[in-house]
Amino acid sequence: MASDATVNEAVAFGPATSVSRAGGASLPKQARLKGLLRGVRPTLAMAPFVIYTFLGLGIPTLAVIELAFRSEAGKLTLSNLHTVTQGTYRLGFENSILLATITAIVPGILGLILAYAIQTGRSGMLRRLVATASGVLANFGGINLTFIFIATLGSTGALTVWLNYIRLNPWHFGFNLYSFWGVAIVYCYFQIPLMVLVITPALGGLRPSWREAAENLGASSFSYWRTVGVPVLLPSVLGGMLLLFGSGFAAYATADTLTAGTVTLAPIQIGEVLNGNVISGEENIGYAIGFGMLIVLSITMILYGLVRRRASRWLH
Amino acid sequence: MTTTQNSSPIVDSFLQDLPVAGAQVELDRLVRVFGQTRALDGFSLTIERGEFVALLGPSGCGKTTALRVLAGFERLDSGRVVVNGQDLARISAQNRDMGMVFQSYSLFPNMSALNNVAYGLRMRKQRARQRRKKAGELLELVGLADQASKYPHQMSGGQQQRVALARALAIEPRVLLLDEPLSALDAKVRAELRDQIRSLQQRLAITTVFVTHDQEEALSMADRVCVMKAGRIEQTATPATLYSRPATAFVAEFVGVSSRVPVERSGDDVLVFGQRCPVREGAETTPRDSIDALLRPEDLAIEVNRDGKGFVTHRSFLGATTRLVVQVGEIPVRVDIRSETAAEIELGNHVNLRVISRDVLVAPRIGNDLSATS
Amino acid sequence: MAALIPEIAYEETQGGVPQVEGDPQRRRRPRLRYWRGIVLFFAGAYFLIPLYAGLRFSFENDAGQFSLYAVKAIPSQTGFSAAFFLSLRLAAVTTVLTMVLMVPTATYVHLKLPKMRRVLDFVTILPIVIPPIVLILGVLDAAPLWLRASPYLLSLVYVILALPFVYRSLDAGLSAIDLKTLVEASRSLGGKWVGTLWHVILPNLRAAMLSAIVLTIALVLGEFTMASLDLWTTLPVWIYQFSQLDAHIATAVSMLSLLGTWLLLTVIVSVDRSQSRRTRRRTGAL
Repeated sequence: MASDATVNEAVAFGPATSVSRAGGASLPKQARLKGLLRGVRPTLAMAPFVIYTFLGLGIPTLAVIELAFRSEAGKLTLSNLHTVTQGTYRLGFENSILLATITAIVPGILGLILAYAIQTGRSGMLRRLVATASGVLANFGGINLTFIFIATLGSTGALTVWLNYIRLNPWHFGFNLYSFWGVAIVYCYFQIPLMVLVITPALGGLRPSWREAAENLGASSFSYWRTVGVPVLLPSVLGGMLLLFGSGFAAYATADTLTAGTVTLAPIQIGEVLNGNVISGEENIGYAIGFGMLIVLSITMILYGLVRRRASRWLH
Repeated sequence: MTTTQNSSPIVDSFLQDLPVAGAQVELDRLVRVFGQTRALDGFSLTIERGEFVALLGPSGCGKTTALRVLAGFERLDSGRVVVNGQDLARISAQNRDMGMVFQSYSLFPNMSALNNVAYGLRMRKQRARQRRKKAGELLELVGLADQASKYPHQMSGGQQQRVALARALAIEPRVLLLDEPLSALDAKVRAELRDQIRSLQQRLAITTVFVTHDQEEALSMADRVCVMKAGRIEQTATPATLYSRPATAFVAEFVGVSSRVPVERSGDDVLVFGQRCPVREGAETTPRDSIDALLRPEDLAIEVNRDGKGFVTHRSFLGATTRLVVQVGEIPVRVDIRSETAAEIELGNHVNLRVISRDVLVAPRIGNDLSATS
Repeated sequence: MAALIPEIAYEETQGGVPQVEGDPQRRRRPRLRYWRGIVLFFAGAYFLIPLYAGLRFSFENDAGQFSLYAVKAIPSQTGFSAAFFLSLRLAAVTTVLTMVLMVPTATYVHLKLPKMRRVLDFVTILPIVIPPIVLILGVLDAAPLWLRASPYLLSLVYVILALPFVYRSLDAGLSAIDLKTLVEASRSLGGKWVGTLWHVILPNLRAAMLSAIVLTIALVLGEFTMASLDLWTTLPVWIYQFSQLDAHIATAVSMLSLLGTWLLLTVIVSVDRSQSRRTRRRTGAL
């Protein structure tokens, strides 16, 4: 590869003198030195990025993984992992996975429907508006979401008050915003736009000629969706949901600020450890939880990659 | 790799079993308006059983709209579509029994070639084994039997279109509709497919409507060609008639090559390069004085003469003939001569031009735009 | 916390060619025609009501009446200025670092090392697999003490968070301008590497860089997880802490920050769209 780069270098940047690939004792020393420098250049150019990423991403990650297997005293141990798969930490994982799954499937379907409604509408302006809005909403910072939802569905929130007038106050029916289900409802606020963002290009890739060809060959609307539409969209929908899963699983800020850390979720538990709210002697639990999260998320992204490859084969 | 005529015993017996598919199609005063534009403005055409008609015209002339109206994908603002005497107004696209081939990317990506072809039969609730057999026969008909299990993304453009053709034919349609099926393909593949489609159509005797903007395609494939402009028909005629007796200036310039030369009237005739020529019958009526003659390259003969009024500016070797561009005053005129004769003529030579056709087509003069059309 | 995921979605958006589903003018059953309206209505309600509620709460006092006290009181609250300016400083440092790191790298890779693009793509996906909550865990352990004592540790980590957005933005921008040809043209006319970068590449990347910068700023201004666990009072952390004291003021600040983010993001989304339109026209994808 170095020699490829060398040749490219010569073409794009060097003067017209060619750099010998086979080397050669016949080249004057100066030219050989230059050639060496040129060969090294790509490595030099990539160095800042590689080093920074390694320091900023690689090392912390390795630290987490390593410390997951170390006790307080520094000895290698599996006890952290053991603790983390039991009791309250196990509950934390289960809840996180449950939350992620729910906020992947429901907003996933809702997002799909919304995206379809917008895509097939005839207003180009609506489409642009929604595209902008989705981009913005999917990026909503955690705490801002918390505040607007407290203002909406808190016990004295605006919507709560309205619903109270018509005797449908959710709090009277056992609803609690500062709970697992409250968090789920709030998560939809960025999960749905995320799904819209992800699935819209796939919907756009559904060529109208397929629909027309199907019609022409005698297919009803239902048959078209059953035989062509859904199968073609399925990989993208699954991919979107996997993305939503990852997003819902890893989210911290909203859940923490909304519930003041009272709901048992894995990210929250990490936060508790970092804040010192943990049984002494179990400080390295946090790393074990982190390690667990890394595993879950890695699996998610691997699946996502597989699904996306299928999707791109058919839709592009 | 590709075969234009596929005559295996399976195919022959398959063809024998097919009913005569051609239907008579009547398009009666179709009008379709999109906002400000009249995509179809009183379009009328009758197509006989088994006839191959090409709709030819520039972009936006309404040819695709007409096809889609026939297929049932576009509403009509007024007019009727009648097939074998039956008005199709209330019949949806699903039930029209027409096979359509789209310009590109119309194969279902999640199905193999075989399943694509069998799709229409599946919608008609045919049994699986029967469907597969028929689809297989059709794939063999278009020369793609070995691609049966391939997916669209694994096939070339030409192969995809052949599968699309097989898919359209699988349902034994009464009318075959083709919407610029060759436009997205490269030249060599286009030429091969052209022959294949035409020969298939002739063997099956299916009424076919073929939309294209490529006049070479239209002229070489169709029984009749319908030249369209701005939602209206300019002329409907056989390719030969269209070429030699264009009814309007637009047709003369769209079909084939012609040069526009301003001329003066001389009684009932016109003076072209000083030579008196009769005016072709049936040409557009024109105002008395400002007219141009539309001359085809083969309508003219050339003679080298030091005092000639024109001089040669270009030459293009086209094989048997050579095309010369002769500048007469401000106008470039295209002349075709046999290549052996062309050897004697050089660039810059002064020449005289002589009209050798029986008559000339005339049209109203267009402002100051006196360029030859390509 | 969906901040990192959209950069994948972003990539999907760039790749696809939106097509209008024709103008079929089919006769639809009248009942079905309204489904779109219903969906849009409920979607609109779900997304707009909380925004309205947040705004209303910002303009209310404890008695529930309309009042501007919360908004007016913002600048004078304890810790607000400190937090606000800390966030701004962090944003500035992060932005500069990110651009200095990524612009040359992205350009170089695009020009000379196309194989590295796949690696880069993968690396920029990593921050999704390694979420901020886990990352801060590792950072707090691995970072040396002197670094941990400074808030700019956050800036350094924010660069990692911003990588996906920034890289995608720059990559899209680079793809849109046929970089190789421009550079070769510049070189053949006698330009040197630095001059080429300055006069040819950067001006054409302006839109992409603007996107990247704006996204980075929005990211930093809204980031809560790492800042709170690293115990630095940035703006979001301040908002949360202050909400215990006076929810109206906290909400007001939150709404303002929301508004700011929204404005910034609207800018980049429309810049993106005009740029991707250019890309599509150039590559003839339509």
